[in-house]
Amino acid sequence: MFYQWIRSLALASLVLVVAAGCTSGTRTEPVEPSVGPTQTPDRTPPPVDTTPVSSASVDSNGNPYFPGTSRLLPRTFYYAYDRANLGPDDLAALEMHASFLRDNPGRRVIIEGHCDERGTREYNLALGERRANSVRRFLVSAGVPGSQLETVSFGEERPEDAGHAESAWGRNRRAVMLYR
Amino acid sequence: MKQLLRTLAPILVVGLLGGWMLAAQAESLDTIIIDKGYDKQTKIAVVPFLQGADLNGAPPLADIISADLARSGQFAPLEQGNMLSYPTDRKQVFFRDWRILGVEYLLIGRGRANGRGGFTVDYQLFDVFNEREVVAAAVSPSADQWRSAAHQIADKVYESITGIRGAFNTKIVYVLGENAAKSNATYALEIADADGAQARNLFLSDQPIMSPTWAPDGQQVAYVSFETGRPAIMLQNIKTGAREQLTAFKGINSSPVFSPDGKQIAMVLSRDGNPEIYVMSLADRRLRRITRHHSIDTEPSWSPDGKHLLFTSDRGGKPQIYQLDMANNFVERLTFEGDYNARARMLEDGKHLIFVHRRNGVFHIAWMDIERDDVRVLTSTSLDESPSLAPNGSMLIYATQSQGKGILAVVSMDGRVKYRLPSSAGDVREPAWSPYMGDLGTR
Repeated sequence: MFYQWIRSLALASLVLVVAAGCTSGTRTEPVEPSVGPTQTPDRTPPPVDTTPVSSASVDSNGNPYFPGTSRLLPRTFYYAYDRANLGPDDLAALEMHASFLRDNPGRRVIIEGHCDERGTREYNLALGERRANSVRRFLVSAGVPGSQLETVSFGEERPEDAGHAESAWGRNRRAVMLYR
Repeated sequence: MKQLLRTLAPILVVGLLGGWMLAAQAESLDTIIIDKGYDKQTKIAVVPFLQGADLNGAPPLADIISADLARSGQFAPLEQGNMLSYPTDRKQVFFRDWRILGVEYLLIGRGRANGRGGFTVDYQLFDVFNEREVVAAAVSPSADQWRSAAHQIADKVYESITGIRGAFNTKIVYVLGENAAKSNATYALEIADADGAQARNLFLSDQPIMSPTWAPDGQQVAYVSFETGRPAIMLQNIKTGAREQLTAFKGINSSPVFSPDGKQIAMVLSRDGNPEIYVMSLADRRLRRITRHHSIDTEPSWSPDGKHLLFTSDRGGKPQIYQLDMANNFVERLTFEGDYNARARMLEDGKHLIFVHRRNGVFHIAWMDIERDDVRVLTSTSLDESPSLAPNGSMLIYATQSQGKGILAVVSMDGRVKYRLPSSAGDVREPAWSPYMGDLGTR
């Protein structure tokens, strides 16, 4: 019920924004640049919340909490070397993300896939996409519409840790959920 | 006169060298360290060229030529301080001065303003033992082409003595990354002479740049830019700087590589859900899907005859190199030694590959004879990647790490000659060696 109220408010805000002929001025998040002419037609314009969410279910950046707490759900998931399968510990958190996304169909997530520096750059770009897809597949199979999700692989190009040892590599092999 | 020259030449050289150091651009790649060379190197003397006041601003050409020849590992240029005379004209050459130093070849030259706003450099190469003129030629650079002129002379000397076309007068493009893993990370596409000098920026972004590659005409480069937050394949003219977006499909847009005739680009797209090889015709931008497999297919490259595509695939469980026949889509696996072989490039003879090869957990650049299945590791550094062949096939440039920093390095095809091109500006990677650039003319 509460989520439906939030959603109605978000949609109403969007209508107001569109009516005012200003699609970006009131947004709190940067507008995602268009992918270009090849963008999939099923990607509807994101009805981003334009009002601060007063609910305790998300923080000020719109990232969801564990239900009933003010503790953020983990949004970064780590992988073994050369692997793209989620760990058992990640699944509970992803299940809660799925629940949040089902309840908030106006929210979109960009799932980034990343790799450590070992191996060739182009192959790692493909491996990073596999990691992003592992998160996407889980969320879709948990009932999240694919239109709320987008994946992008950065391969080894955007490390979290610039080091050159396993401590850094472990932090760099990751998928990251970015709520929009 | 000879005595006077002996006295003056070192002063002239030092003065010119100082001027050149000041003129060098801050972002150029740093001093080259030669790790190795051949046991038997050809002894050559490159005498400081006559560069009068009318050549104000020109770098010392003999230094650039000497450095080029030394970097090949095949030549041991005589130090200028050890020369007994400094001839700049045929009449000043006394072969015994060079014979007693064991010099096999002698290069002399002189530059002059040609009165039409440009310059002309005349040069001669002598075979000392036979007291014979091997080459007498000239090159006419404009004021901003001095280094190209020197590289072109080095190319001519190299070819005259080794019989192999020189590749000194070529360029490299590469990616320069700064502030990795920080919020102010930057990514730059850079172009420089093959010796790392005269670096300049082609494109700067706060998002990753990947996979630069040359068009066979040497006028354009293609690369991957994440400037929109997603990967797109871009085409850029290196002279005008004009940029054009070739693809920006959903998913991966990566690994562009021009066909040998320059009319097509092979690339990787995951727009249909999985990374596959595609070929785009540049005339009409039409795409043709080449691979159909649920595994990762990536890193395409063309055979020199344009009839085959090499690519990396993990369809066998681990990344290996495959070859696809464009006529019938028949796919053949080429690598079997080791559990990680990737990003192959084929040599001009169509019989050998260079690629990234993991051995004992360390990534090296390797060479392979395809028919004999004979793999040789060429590099002894680690995290080696992105090999790119010099247009004459004698050497390859690749990316590696030294003291935690990304640097470029070069190795000869037999693994015996090695040098490095580090950058003080940041991490450099993904080098691509240009095709032959047009030579400067003679006026």
